Amino acid sequence: MAEPILTVEGLVKHFPIKRGVLQRTVGQVRAVDGIDFALAKGETLGLVGESGCGKSTTGRLVLRLIEPTEGRVTYDGREVFRLSGSAMRMLRSELQIVFQDPYASLNPTMTVGAMLREPLELHGIASGQAAEARIRDLLGLVGLAPYHALRYPHEFSGGQRQRLGIARALAVEPKVIIGDEPVSALDVSIRAQVINLMQDLQRRLGLSYILIAHDLAVVKHIADRVAVMYLGKIVELAPTRTLFRRPRHPYTRALLNAIPAPDPRLRRPRALLQGDVPSPINPPPGCRFHTRCAFAVERCKVEEPALIADKDGHATACHLWPEIADRVGAGVDSHRLPENPRLERLKAAFRPA
Amino acid sequence: MVAASVADDSTLIKRPNAFRRLLRRKGAVVGLCVVAIFVTIAILAPWLAPYDPIATNFLQVRKPPSSQYWMGTDEIGRDLMSRMIYGARASLQAGVISVAIAVCLGVPLGLLSGYCKGWVDSLMMRVVDALLACPFLILAIAMAAFLGPSLTNAMIAIGLTAMPIFIRLVRGQVLAVTVEDYVEAARALGNPHLRIAIRHVLPNVVAVVLVHSTLAIAQATLAEAALSFLGLGQQPPAPSWGSMLNVARQFISQAPWMAWWPGLAIATVVLAFNLLGDGLRDALDPKES
Ligand SMILES: Nc1ncnc2c1ncn2[C@@H]1O[C@H](COP(=O)(O)OP(=O)(O)O)[C@@H](O)[C@H]1O
Ligand code: SF4
Ligand SMILES: [Mg+2]
Repeated sequence: MAEPILTVEGLVKHFPIKRGVLQRTVGQVRAVDGIDFALAKGETLGLVGESGCGKSTTGRLVLRLIEPTEGRVTYDGREVFRLSGSAMRMLRSELQIVFQDPYASLNPTMTVGAMLREPLELHGIASGQAAEARIRDLLGLVGLAPYHALRYPHEFSGGQRQRLGIARALAVEPKVIIGDEPVSALDVSIRAQVINLMQDLQRRLGLSYILIAHDLAVVKHIADRVAVMYLGKIVELAPTRTLFRRPRHPYTRALLNAIPAPDPRLRRPRALLQGDVPSPINPPPGCRFHTRCAFAVERCKVEEPALIADKDGHATACHLWPEIADRVGAGVDSHRLPENPRLERLKAAFRPA
Repeated sequence: MVAASVADDSTLIKRPNAFRRLLRRKGAVVGLCVVAIFVTIAILAPWLAPYDPIATNFLQVRKPPSSQYWMGTDEIGRDLMSRMIYGARASLQAGVISVAIAVCLGVPLGLLSGYCKGWVDSLMMRVVDALLACPFLILAIAMAAFLGPSLTNAMIAIGLTAMPIFIRLVRGQVLAVTVEDYVEAARALGNPHLRIAIRHVLPNVVAVVLVHSTLAIAQATLAEAALSFLGLGQQPPAPSWGSMLNVARQFISQAPWMAWWPGLAIATVVLAFNLLGDGLRDALDPKES
């Protein structure tokens, strides 16, 4: 892997749960519970997992929009959580974020021009005439026109708003952009346009992306590597091709099966995940996935698997992945998950005697 | 390739602005007109009033409405119409200035409370809750009595009494706004807190403040009348509707017209501000179109 621009080590965020008049802490939401990864220059890292697994929290931690419980984020040799208030504000021009909801992420009382001028002046990038020119450039960069600068956000459609969110992030000339599900709230028909725009900008401006998504389909074509998260942990991290061709972790396999194949003849029987995501307040002991894993054995309930990388940079946190690969095959297309035992019992009950 | 995608998803969505939407509501338009008429009368009082409002004429005591005195005269022969016209000044001032006091104090405090959270917020909310536990008029009367009887003191008392609601209202709105992604984005761009509070949070609170202000003006006008009624507002001989009503009380059987006009005027203005406030609330609601 090329030289990392951003590294995350042992990152933990527990949100206290407070109850009663005295606001006593009665528990912790273990939103992010010890994750490590690195982002290379110019790379796109996909961060994928079901809703509530801690993806957004990870993004906000990396940008230090919230303080961590533990852990370290290093950007370009600087430890982000050690920076003073003013040093941190300076650093903010290098790390930016694009939010999921294009209706909540733009200030309804600011014109597009004012919104884009603010970061330019804040970081001393441009002012006066130069700022006007820069605003026109930014709008052009995301496929909008100069006259849009006079409009208010409510005058734009969802896709256009997301372009504006991208323009605002680009205004400070960042090196790293975190996209927190930047297309999940958009119409399917315009998702590809926004993704293409982001890819195009990455090539032209040499950006590095952390692209958060709740399903693998979105990151398939844009990410160089993908990290799969489950209940605050990374369970598998691999180059995108490898992850899609030879997934190792049962959770990744399940997510891959959840992507509908475009051609119905190729459609695999969906191996449904059993049950619901457990609460991050009391995550299961041992392997956090064992309550839903079709391969779980006794060991999984007591011993937590570490995220171990092989020499190709394919990291997996599962005790049994080599055996699983032997049993059900390496690839997704060839693999068959064992039948869901509960479903089997149910079927048996209805079978004529 | 990027520039080619301008025409991606539909063209711009046009929405009529808030003022246009306000003008589409009959009640709001009526309220706005009535308020405008009363404000004009108050401003033009010296030119509109047919007589000196404090000049007495003991030959014309307690005369009913006539072609000479359109609204009649009071117990010491002052022209009621002139007093009503000048009284509009005191009553509207009392409404507007006391609410201005409440807004100027309540909005920054509410912003502070909602933005800083933590112990600042807890402390402020305890105090606000304590103040709100007292009925509005009782508190205003107590404060006005403490400050001493004058129109200025009445306005201060009413303003301070109206302030806690503004604090709570703004704080609630600030709590709702600060969790929005655009505030997070402002932070991510490196804005200092003060700038976020003033440039990103405050403008999104203005609408609720405006709506509540119009309703509060109605309440304050009424409160001024009540304080004047108790002798704690406008001091004689200067007129205000409340103090006129106070005097009229003693002559209610001999000269009922003395009570008609101020009573009617107070009711009309309060209703007008309420109509305007309701209209504004609907017009400023972003979900309405
Ligand atoms: N400010 C917060 N206070 C308490 N709990 C939170 C907070 N933010 C997120 N959480 C909890 O942390 C978990 C992870 O949330 P999030 O990072 O938003 O997940 P994702 O983006 O993957 O859907 C969720 O259970 C969520 O309820
Ligand atoms: S460690 Fe066990 S429970 Fe966890 S994923 Fe692997 S097989 Fe399943
Ligand atoms: Mg999220």
